[in-house]
Amino acid sequence: MTEKVKVRIDGEVIAATAGQTILEVARANNAYIPALCYMEGLSAVGACRLCVVEISGVGRLQPACTTPVQEGLAVVTSSPQLQAYRKIALELLFAERNHVCAVCVSSGHCELQTLAQDHGVTHVRYPYSFPRLAVDTSHPRYVLDHNRCILCSRCVRACAEIEGAHVWDMAGRGIHSLLVSELKRPWGEATSCTSCGKCVQACPTGAMAEKGWGVEEMTKQRSLVSRLTSMREGN
Amino acid sequence: MERPTIGTCWLDGCSGCHMSLLDIDEGIIAVLRKADIVFGPLVDAQEWPRDVDVALIEGAVSNQDDLKLAQIARARSQVVVALGDCAVTGNVPAMRNGIPTRKLLDRVYVEGATVQSGVPTDGVPALLKQAEPLHQSIKVDLHVPGCPPKPNAILLVLSELLEGRTPDVGSKLRFG
Repeated sequence: MTEKVKVRIDGEVIAATAGQTILEVARANNAYIPALCYMEGLSAVGACRLCVVEISGVGRLQPACTTPVQEGLAVVTSSPQLQAYRKIALELLFAERNHVCAVCVSSGHCELQTLAQDHGVTHVRYPYSFPRLAVDTSHPRYVLDHNRCILCSRCVRACAEIEGAHVWDMAGRGIHSLLVSELKRPWGEATSCTSCGKCVQACPTGAMAEKGWGVEEMTKQRSLVSRLTSMREGN
Repeated sequence: MERPTIGTCWLDGCSGCHMSLLDIDEGIIAVLRKADIVFGPLVDAQEWPRDVDVALIEGAVSNQDDLKLAQIARARSQVVVALGDCAVTGNVPAMRNGIPTRKLLDRVYVEGATVQSGVPTDGVPALLKQAEPLHQSIKVDLHVPGCPPKPNAILLVLSELLEGRTPDVGSKLRFG
């Protein structure tokens, strides 16, 4: 039998099931917590740090997507401190790679761009690193632009967990982390890729896109992955 | 009280932000009733005047002339506005930043040239190592992103600044 617990989210008492994460409970109860690396239907990894929340009695911020609820847990999802840290996380994402919205296929449909707007990011306070990164156009239908990748790994998980192909992985560490297909083979030569496009649909930015679209033209079916998972679970 | 003054300048950008400024249509009449535009591509002045109230700066800081003009504008203006994505983020001009300057110039003016091959040096300012957002070179008081910023965002910024208020551009912002 599943154990029921009571938690407080922004003061409101909510009944949840033990094992659920704070983010799942919050979203099921219409409490908004921003997130980039989290996608309903995929495992949670806590990579982007946007979903950080304050938990009473805990001295430091915790990611809502990987923290399970417990009886009596009291969570704050929005405060000046949280807004400040989320803004820092967003600005660091912009500083890390070359995000040029003006020439991006996903401009206007990009989760990073939208969150920056929502959080009042008017400029990036940190020096840009301007890395020199490749664009992989070897796949006949899709393109991967590392300049726009935020290393959220949603593509990695969509491919491994939903499609079962596990084409994608993260190579390197820290600032040198890089999304790679099949031990760093060009995407077009990756024999395990089924060209299903789930990675493209899961990508929050313009890092992965279908070929043939111009600036602002690439829209994504973000609900695809979540829908497939829920159908398989028979929900 | 003296009439407030506005200076504008165009560093490494495409002039699209100035086009967007002109796109405020009849709004420009309301602005000019309150203030004078005393420097920039739209007027004739040769030098950035002293004691300008509002400076609108378009474009990234990409060469030595850009840097000099930005520093002069800062020194002689009360409020400096970074206008548009190039001034705010570096944007398209910064896409060259991963390539060493020498290599970049050779690629364009030597390898890429069919006539008069050679990197121009006469009458052109030297490129800086990287095209940088404005706030890396000078203190910026207000950032207005957009490629270009929407005319109504520019009009709001000018109207509020000329009234002595700090504009809340939050709802009008978008990168790209």
